[in-house]
Amino acid sequence: MKRILILVAAIGLTGAATAPALADPASDLKQFQDFFKKKFQTVKFDDFANGLYVLPGNEDYLEQWKAYNEFPPYELGLANGKKMWETPLKSGKTFASCFKNGGKNIAQHYPYWDQTTQKVRTAEMDLMDCAKRNEADFKFLTADLGKEQGARVPLAELTAYFYSLSKGQRISIDLSQPGAVKAYEEGKKFWWSRRGQLNFACANCHMDLAGKNLGGNQPLSAALGHTTAWPAQRLEWGRIETIHFRYMTCNSQVRAKSLKHGSEAYNHLQLYETYMSSGLPLSAPAMRN
Amino acid sequence: MARQTRIRTKPQEGVTEVLVLVSHPMETGQRTDPKTKEKIPAHFIQKMTFTLNGKEIAVADLGIAVSKDPLVAIRVKGAKPGDKVKVAWSDNQGESGSEETTVG
Repeated sequence: MKRILILVAAIGLTGAATAPALADPASDLKQFQDFFKKKFQTVKFDDFANGLYVLPGNEDYLEQWKAYNEFPPYELGLANGKKMWETPLKSGKTFASCFKNGGKNIAQHYPYWDQTTQKVRTAEMDLMDCAKRNEADFKFLTADLGKEQGARVPLAELTAYFYSLSKGQRISIDLSQPGAVKAYEEGKKFWWSRRGQLNFACANCHMDLAGKNLGGNQPLSAALGHTTAWPAQRLEWGRIETIHFRYMTCNSQVRAKSLKHGSEAYNHLQLYETYMSSGLPLSAPAMRN
Repeated sequence: MARQTRIRTKPQEGVTEVLVLVSHPMETGQRTDPKTKEKIPAHFIQKMTFTLNGKEIAVADLGIAVSKDPLVAIRVKGAKPGDKVKVAWSDNQGESGSEETTVG
């Protein structure tokens, strides 16, 4: 009898563990967004694209942010990105030739699932491939992007310009392929699993503690709208950076070993996070704390 | 990348605010390169001159205490829409830059 009970309990446990994984992305999305709508009832949905500044209690940060936006320092980096975008590559073509609609109003579909390579593709990957195809020799094509800031920042600036061409477009990610859903599930797993010596999952800070301070002076953003501003310029860094670099620093902040820039796990996480912000307008590049 | 100088004006209760953003490393000369262990030579903006319709209105002496990519703002009384504001800067290594805009 006891054995049967244990068996039943075991089946019950596995059943409970696999059930959330089977939930479809659409219902996840509703649950995720409803969580924030309920938590921050005074914040309008579109405002979530502006990060931690719109959350109640962060009025001082909002004032600072507005002052910065009068003459945002990211304009310098964005101008570099624009120049790269417009300068013809070695083959005589520009970056615009690699993208649908000349690169305009398409960034809201990134990252996307590529059926031919069976992989998630980010804007950075597409831009790098475009540069390779047109025989350009940028440093970021060969460098270790996680370590070499001098190579990574131009890529971030270029990506920021690419995103700025789609400013205001609402995020819509296509998860109709089974492979895409699988990648999405991977990202979801990353988001919800604890890591590092501090034993934090992404969700601990950016859902439960969203709008509060961590360790005194680190305001935490709400996960809803996380990806809309990236590539962004943080006050702390003073330069435009890629979202993968932010993930790396986030990981090390919870004392976990960060993964490689451009690693598949980060691509999946980016896919999950971006899908969770579906419907929000893109605001990249932007200033962030 | 080439140094960029950006200038913008903003009307403010009775005065005009002139904002200047320069992409500049503003090296103090006290940092060492972590790889080569050599000192990074000082490189910073020393003088910034503002002119309104060709007439000098403000001169700023900047030094190593100013941050990278500095944003410098001055407030001007009596600037009218259509007036030309110009900023010119020079640094300790002989580089210089300038930018002009009209008061909007």
